[in-house]
Amino acid sequence: MSQSYNRGLIEDFSRWREFEAGMWAWIFHKFTGWVLIGYLFTHIAVLSTAIPAADGATMMFQGSQTDVFTGTIVSLEGLLLVRILEVGLLAVAVFHMLNGTRLLLVDLGVGLEAQDKSFYASLILTGAITVASVPTFIAGAF
Amino acid sequence: MSTQIPKQTDESSDTDAEAEAPSKGDERRDEKRRRAAEDRARRQAEEAEKAAADEETVELKVFRYDPEIEGKQEPRFDTFHVPFTKGMTVLDALMYSRDTYDSSLTFRHSCRQAVCGSDAMFVNGGQKLACKTQISDLEEPIRVEPLPHAEVRKDLVVDLEHFYDQMEAVEPYFQTNEYPDGELEEQRQTRENREKIKMSTRCIWCSACMSSCNIAAGDNEYLGPAAINKAYRFAMDEREGEDMKQKRLEIIEQEHGVWRCQTQFSCTEVCPKDIPLTEHIQELKREAVKNNLKFW
Repeated sequence: MSQSYNRGLIEDFSRWREFEAGMWAWIFHKFTGWVLIGYLFTHIAVLSTAIPAADGATMMFQGSQTDVFTGTIVSLEGLLLVRILEVGLLAVAVFHMLNGTRLLLVDLGVGLEAQDKSFYASLILTGAITVASVPTFIAGAF
Repeated sequence: MSTQIPKQTDESSDTDAEAEAPSKGDERRDEKRRRAAEDRARRQAEEAEKAAADEETVELKVFRYDPEIEGKQEPRFDTFHVPFTKGMTVLDALMYSRDTYDSSLTFRHSCRQAVCGSDAMFVNGGQKLACKTQISDLEEPIRVEPLPHAEVRKDLVVDLEHFYDQMEAVEPYFQTNEYPDGELEEQRQTRENREKIKMSTRCIWCSACMSSCNIAAGDNEYLGPAAINKAYRFAMDEREGEDMKQKRLEIIEQEHGVWRCQTQFSCTEVCPKDIPLTEHIQELKREAVKNNLKFW
């Protein structure tokens, strides 16, 4: 980026007016990729509580001593925010997988003419799977 | 001679008499003439107004910028109302605006038939060739801007020097070490091979693809779709021979070559000549892999 063009004042004028499927697929793919990397760290943090738990570490949870691992997970799952974020995580992961498959096909030179349609298909499929997952994730949260 | 002179004096005496004492009749005639002229002018104005009302006009918002004139250094948009005619293109409208309203409006154009590639512009948020973009296909007001991701020289003219450098970097000309025997012998290409490179030969160097490419915008060294397509055109040409193909692949598989492409398909979408640019870049990636990975 150090050598990017300088159009100065001109860059202030509006852009992005024309919709292009491939470009949005790229943006979403980058975005979901970064979200998944971020999630990976929290995932590791939660799972690593299994190490002290294996040595018999306990914590107070709902009035009784539970091992740290179970306590952490159950208390996290008790938070409404975490439940909602899980739905988002699923959506992000599903889109990243489907669009990744699409990019794989593009790299293999398969269906290049249908690249926009496959992007829409992965969006719709992501939406459907996310909606279908809502009862499972949100059940009993409210 | 003798007959002419008295006549002249006669005439002059006549006009003199008129000048001295214009008759009532003459005055009335003058008045009448003046009123007739006024009437005619009024009628013409009315007709012009009616014609203007009947006439369909298109609203054009054109980017203006001139670094050399103090009052124009701040980019602005000028609005032009251009009478619409059937089949009018964006270029036609721009030329009308320039010829009718503002002769300082600057843009490149030459052939007006999508062959020279001079008039790639950013029309309503997309890279278009102005001469093949129909006004009737666009939403009003039509916004005309210079190509993004290039420096603006003046109004709609951008600096294409970098684009040409990238094009030259892939050596966009036929080279071969294998010459036919006879001096006058032709270097024939098979029909299949011609068919394979046919689309890639259609490039007119308009730089619409380069301007639409997000990667090229962020990475100045990236060859860009047009240059890679040019490389494809010659790398896939069987007449160039194996060692020349090797040389061409070495150019395009560098760090800022084909591997920078992220398959956004922006270039393919904007190409006015419908060249499947992304497909060509992907094919060259595969060629490069095949070239470098050998398991046998």
